[in-house]
Amino acid sequence: MGFLTDRKRAVGRGASHTGTEHHWFMQVTSVGLAILIPTFIFYFGSALGSTHDEVLATFSRPFPAILTALVLVVGLQHFNKGAQMMIEDYLQGSARKAAIIFTICLSYTLMGTGLFALAKIAL
Amino acid sequence: MADVNRGNRPLSPHLQIYRPQLTSITSILTRVTGNALIVAVILGVWWLLAAATSPEYYAIVNGIVTSWFGDLIFTLSAWAIWYHYLAGLRHLYFDAGKGLDIKTAENLGWIIVIASVLLALFTVIVV
Repeated sequence: MGFLTDRKRAVGRGASHTGTEHHWFMQVTSVGLAILIPTFIFYFGSALGSTHDEVLATFSRPFPAILTALVLVVGLQHFNKGAQMMIEDYLQGSARKAAIIFTICLSYTLMGTGLFALAKIAL
Repeated sequence: MADVNRGNRPLSPHLQIYRPQLTSITSILTRVTGNALIVAVILGVWWLLAAATSPEYYAIVNGIVTSWFGDLIFTLSAWAIWYHYLAGLRHLYFDAGKGLDIKTAENLGWIIVIASVLLALFTVIVV
């Protein structure tokens, strides 16, 4: 590190110091979600408010179960990074760190809970 | 190391300085809808957990989800998810370096606003 020139340190990394990683991640997950979401809305919307037996029947089938799992994993990581971007725009210092940590914890808690529920219903 | 100016740089003027334009409003709405969707996700995951737990627990949560409060959240979220969906596609189009002239950008803005309302209505009525 000490041997790098300032220019070498900065090239290709931008203000975030992580280059285009964040942007690329958002692009990849958004394309993934673009494919997943319309079908997911159909299954989830149909199941919402139906009887307990109907919900169990829907999410025991492989396609709706796998689809919902993918939406949870990809969607919540997309949320995680997107919310981080918003937090970084409006908060500074310790409040920023606390908010980002909270967002990451919330995302993974929801992901874990949702996957547990799906596994329990489907298996 | 060169004498780098850290943390004392001039800031660019923020939102309240600018006249609201369609392109800025659609951009702000993208952020608002994307982050607000977390409310529906929390409710949805809770509902799924309840279904996995027991019929009694499911009856309680399903009652909340289908109450006026649940209906309000999921109806707004139906619009939010379609808006965010279309705005995301528009962003991918912009990222490819296309549609960046003012006329096209504004037309695309109106398209996503109108189409998201239509898709939300379709979702609420049909699904």
